[in-house]
Amino acid sequence: MSDKYIVSETVLGALIDAAARSGRRILGPKAVAERIEITEIKTASELANSGQSTVSAKGTVFPKVERLLRYRFEGKNVALEDVEPQVQPTVLFGIRPCEARAFHALDVVFNWDYKDKFFNTRLANTTVVAMSCTQADDSCFCTSVGSRPDDTAGSDILLSTLKAGGFVAEVLTDKGKALVALAKDAFQPLTGDAGLVPPATVAPAFDAKVLQQKLAAKFDSPLWAEQSLRCLGCGACAFVCPTCVCFDIQDEADTRQGQRLRAWDSCGMRMFTLHASGHNPRDKQSQRWRQRVYHKFAYYPERFATLGCVGCGKCSRACPVDMNLKQHLVEAAE
Amino acid sequence: MEELHNKAKELLSSGAVKVVMGYGKGTGESRRPIFVRMAERASDLVVDSGCTQNLATYLTKAEVCALGRMAIVAIPSTLRSILQLAAEKQLREENVIALAVIDGQLRELATFDAIEQAVATIPDAISEADRTMIDKLVAMSVAERRAFWAAELNRCVKCYACRSSCPMCYCERCTMDCNRPQWIPVASHAIGNIEYHMVRAMHLAGRCVECGTCGKACPIGIPVHLLTFFAEDSVRRQFGQKGGASAKLDYAMSTFKPDDKEEFIR
Amino acid sequence: MAEQFEPKMTAFVCNWCTYAGADLTGTSRIKYQANVRVIRLPCTGRIDFMMVLKAFSRGSDGVIISGCHPNDCHYTSGNYHARRRWMVFRDLLDFVGIDLERVTFSWVSAAEGAKWAELVNEATNKVRALGPYKEIQQLAAVGID
Repeated sequence: MSDKYIVSETVLGALIDAAARSGRRILGPKAVAERIEITEIKTASELANSGQSTVSAKGTVFPKVERLLRYRFEGKNVALEDVEPQVQPTVLFGIRPCEARAFHALDVVFNWDYKDKFFNTRLANTTVVAMSCTQADDSCFCTSVGSRPDDTAGSDILLSTLKAGGFVAEVLTDKGKALVALAKDAFQPLTGDAGLVPPATVAPAFDAKVLQQKLAAKFDSPLWAEQSLRCLGCGACAFVCPTCVCFDIQDEADTRQGQRLRAWDSCGMRMFTLHASGHNPRDKQSQRWRQRVYHKFAYYPERFATLGCVGCGKCSRACPVDMNLKQHLVEAAE
Repeated sequence: MEELHNKAKELLSSGAVKVVMGYGKGTGESRRPIFVRMAERASDLVVDSGCTQNLATYLTKAEVCALGRMAIVAIPSTLRSILQLAAEKQLREENVIALAVIDGQLRELATFDAIEQAVATIPDAISEADRTMIDKLVAMSVAERRAFWAAELNRCVKCYACRSSCPMCYCERCTMDCNRPQWIPVASHAIGNIEYHMVRAMHLAGRCVECGTCGKACPIGIPVHLLTFFAEDSVRRQFGQKGGASAKLDYAMSTFKPDDKEEFIR
Repeated sequence: MAEQFEPKMTAFVCNWCTYAGADLTGTSRIKYQANVRVIRLPCTGRIDFMMVLKAFSRGSDGVIISGCHPNDCHYTSGNYHARRRWMVFRDLLDFVGIDLERVTFSWVSAAEGAKWAELVNEATNKVRALGPYKEIQQLAAVGID
């Protein structure tokens, strides 16, 4: 059961201020030059009022580079120093519902067999205040993957825009309640009809369940080679994606000391599956492209009962050669 | 454009080429690389001001080469890349035909000589915006430049869109992939990113055709092409050699003059 | 009294000229500052710019690069290639904001024991005055969560 409130922009501003005073870091999508970045914001007016950030907010819980441990060589011994993730409580303010939904897809992997303390600590310290979408673009396909422009999944608070100005704030979790408590007096409970700006229209492009079924028979289809002809095998799609979770572990050391780092990795890159023997089971781009689609739309639902994609479209926007994933998926679901 | 469609149709139906690689309509107003193999699809090819990506990167992509002899719709930078690839023995003359669009005219260039002659008539030009930005950076103090590049390159996520989209980055095993020793760190922290981009700029100095595709490819919006442009500029200024001028190798970094002039060696 | 900052200097030198020259400095009992760590390579032509970058990112405050005079390279032309590389690399270092005052290039022959000492002393004094290369060393922690 969620609580709904009417909040004006001023109230949101007061909430942000209160959150900052309480020692929280406030991050949100802000227009910087010609792009939108998730970065520190001080007021709600700094938020980009349309569009999405290029890179997702996953860096808040799964940074692009993260230190796992340190070590020192002392004579013949190695002194290990475990690293406790230093996390400032954070509010992700104004991200899209699709991005909020994506945290679950990361969660199922980071809590699968081993409970990842880094991810868990960061997620526990993050409050998600999402902003539902009144606009969408050609790359969006949230409605094809079980989501909607006003999806509440993954949010602690969901904001929706009012026609008359201001927002409805739907407080969905205890974390959301704790945040609202910082400026409780300013939140007016919603009574009756709100007069919301209608959510964006995102016509479903394909049915994810149908896609999953079709994929079962298409592993050897020439479709993948055809679709991936222009794919360059870079990591742009994987790194901007809010659900992509693959990582590499690197030791950076000298003769006296070192550190173990975790960094983002991409299945689209040629060396991703290169064995020490020299054999590479995914040596062709078509195999890697196929893997990307199957991982998100077949293996994920099989293993985790959830899709590995939230339809945000960041991959398509970031791709240097316009591998419009929505188009490819529609074709694959035929 | 109709000329291009007819030419493509002709080349494909006669079997002269197996694929015509060019630009097609992409998402929204964008253009995307397309690989036309059926004559009936020749009209998918588009040529307009939105066609700015250097497609020469596909000339060394295994899956594309496997399609057979190809024709490539070539903007000026693509022609230069073909010459540079030829000079570095990455292309055989009989495997590629360039369909060059120069001053609104379509020209079929089937030999490296023909391409060289065509390129000689096209003025070198990096965009105003890029020239202005480089001049601005050069005018800054060292500390200001360091702050600029540290801030920009800290945002890099090491997706390698720059490297993958560059026609000259065709090495199957890039220096980044070497892990014994791991010269340049894999993780995308600030210092590792600076090292990577500097190494890439040095590996391109004298080979870069200044297409700017790397900068356009960057999903984060980092102007990485300014580094390679600057390195190329430095080579041109100091040695009078440049990338993409000839199918005969004239690579500044593997040649020298006994009297190369400098003033900084004590 | 605060400890005076002593710069870490890394020197990439060729085996046949500068390394031999540095040897001569020693046998001639000419004293020079001990801050320099000498890395011996067969030829300056072997010096990859990645090594110079690594030196700075691993904690060097200053770098010295030295080899045979043009026309005297033991491998005939290695130093010519090196000179070409340095001419471009130096420009690029400056463009990215690396302080060129911290990088010294030189030709020191096997007979120039005195020159080696002068070179090291000058470079070390210059870098001592500039202070530790905090800007690069601090960068080492940036971007890691």
